[in-house]
Amino acid sequence: MSVQTWTFLLVAASFALYIGIAVWSRASSTKDFYVAGGGVSPLANGMATAADWMSAASFISMAGLISFMGYDGSVYLMGWTGGYVLLALLLAPYLRKYGAFTVPDFVGDRYYSQLARIVAVVCAIFVSFTYVAGQMRGVGIVFGRFLEVDVNVGVGIGMGIVFFYAVLGGMKGITYTQVAQYCVLIFAFMVPAIFLSLMITGTPIPQFGLGGVDQASGMPLLERLNGLHQELGFGPYTSGTKSTLDVFFITAALMVGTAGLPHVIIRFYTVPRVRDARISVGWALLFISLLYTTAPAVAVFARTNLINSVQDVPYSSVPEWFTKWEDTGLISFDDANGDGRIQYVGPESPLTNELTVDRDIMVLANPEIANLPAWVIGLVAAGGLAAALSTAAGLLLVISSAVSHDLLKRSLMPEITEKQELMAARIAAGVAVFVAGYFGMNPPGFVAQVVAFAFGLAASSFFPAIILGIFSKRTTREGAILGMVSGITFTAAYIVYFNFVNPGANSADNWWFGISPEGIGTLGMLLNFTVTMVVSRMTHEPPAEVQALVDSIRVPRGAGEAHEFSM
Amino acid sequence: MIESFSNGQEGVQNSVTDQATAARHAEYWRRNIRLLGALLIVWFVVSYLCGIVFAEALNAFTLPLSNFPLGFWFAQQGAIYVFVILIFVYVKLMNDLDREFDVDEGEGA
Repeated sequence: MSVQTWTFLLVAASFALYIGIAVWSRASSTKDFYVAGGGVSPLANGMATAADWMSAASFISMAGLISFMGYDGSVYLMGWTGGYVLLALLLAPYLRKYGAFTVPDFVGDRYYSQLARIVAVVCAIFVSFTYVAGQMRGVGIVFGRFLEVDVNVGVGIGMGIVFFYAVLGGMKGITYTQVAQYCVLIFAFMVPAIFLSLMITGTPIPQFGLGGVDQASGMPLLERLNGLHQELGFGPYTSGTKSTLDVFFITAALMVGTAGLPHVIIRFYTVPRVRDARISVGWALLFISLLYTTAPAVAVFARTNLINSVQDVPYSSVPEWFTKWEDTGLISFDDANGDGRIQYVGPESPLTNELTVDRDIMVLANPEIANLPAWVIGLVAAGGLAAALSTAAGLLLVISSAVSHDLLKRSLMPEITEKQELMAARIAAGVAVFVAGYFGMNPPGFVAQVVAFAFGLAASSFFPAIILGIFSKRTTREGAILGMVSGITFTAAYIVYFNFVNPGANSADNWWFGISPEGIGTLGMLLNFTVTMVVSRMTHEPPAEVQALVDSIRVPRGAGEAHEFSM
Repeated sequence: MIESFSNGQEGVQNSVTDQATAARHAEYWRRNIRLLGALLIVWFVVSYLCGIVFAEALNAFTLPLSNFPLGFWFAQQGAIYVFVILIFVYVKLMNDLDREFDVDEGEGA
């Protein structure tokens, strides 16, 4: 069977599975819709969180990014996993004990203020929308490349699927679809990685293969790659080019941002007890780390393969995958010296580089570069779609609950009934799907950049407000609001200035303390912490019932009762 | 959800009137903070110190039984393994602490 037939079959089968699950797990109450009834098992929640978390960026782009960045790519690996330690230790159990439906719910109640709730709603919607547009785009690219349909049609199909299970099933539908999507995406990521590891190092476990021996040259793989890099004028793969301080700040911004992303946090509201919330963060990170420790191995395999298969090869005899990806514009060759051969070299080489490779294609093209069977290529397409759709659904739920629950039920129209609120949630989810689809079809040029910055914004707004809300009883309404506003304003201003207002100045010489816009969220978070703590000491202490609320969330016992009383 | 909120508050008001319980909860919280501090130190050392600040220096060494430069291994593999282990250790120690201070949620849901 051809690659395209396999792709079509595997994608169709996975979509049928998601729809089947959606029909089986329809939501019948707001509690079902927002937190899947609160009765999800920790293991299932861990898997759903992993799929929720690992987006098109993790599946499609990350290994490619690392492949081109070498050591500097570590910021993503540590940043996007280390945040789960913060979630487990500092956030998840306490937010579960509090037993809200959404993040703004907690912020509004803890800071006894509608204004704080609204600020949190705006942050949540903003962060989620920037993120979801990127996912829809990922769906479009996979469709466009593998099924040769128009990108817009691809986005349309993706919208249809998400609409079906998010609007019908809410969190309940999303949770169980995400469990299936995790299985699809991890299988799709591991199979080619295992093949590659066997081919290059003779070890089936990619994590060991990375530290193993390159069979072609008999040298340790990383040493071999460093050698190739040196020969071609790239810096050594295992050392970085970014300043240590910048790596430090970017890693911190990604870690803290991860712990502050609302679509991740709300997953821990869906389990029955505090201890389930704790252990399900552990399961989530275990499932995530399977992909995250494989990705750097895939990066090295792909890098070695790419160099070996194109460097100094005559353009007339390039492999088939090269021509195919050339058609999409993601690989381009410019024969600068007119010798008909491809010179792929780095900045330190005396030769001129003639090849441009888009880093996003490394994972998608990998199976083809390595000549893997057709079904593996189809599987990768299905996996990429699973990753993009599962994250999109989680984000859409945050947007819909922010509108129907935080904005309508808790602020503007507290008198609406449960049934009306559920209807509002479905409508909001439906509208959000269309807005996301629109941005997927007409991406503003800055989507890709903005997605990375969503972390900085989450880090500088939610994280300090939630942490201090739990760990410092003295934190007041005024402190939290001013802290959130100053943190997110500072971070957004720095990012906007260097990326949109004055992109020419976006270099280490002009950055404050040498911190890039990617890492500035860490400074924004420190600013937020400082402002919140100073203002809190200067304002009147929180009312007694709020201090009692803080006391109660610090102790696990009682969360189970809340769960049973709710509906 | 309003119900569960007020429900939580009632629980707290009972415990506030009970001085012994309040003192027990305060001690539980101190022990919790101490545990968090210890685990977060490990978290910081493996990622920010071994994986970033001292990564280049550690690259002079090789991870035993493999060909990994040590700093690079911490940054792209080791730190992640330690993160996973940290969370499971936290869960175990925290559940024990809950039982010791009689604030656990019991076996039933």
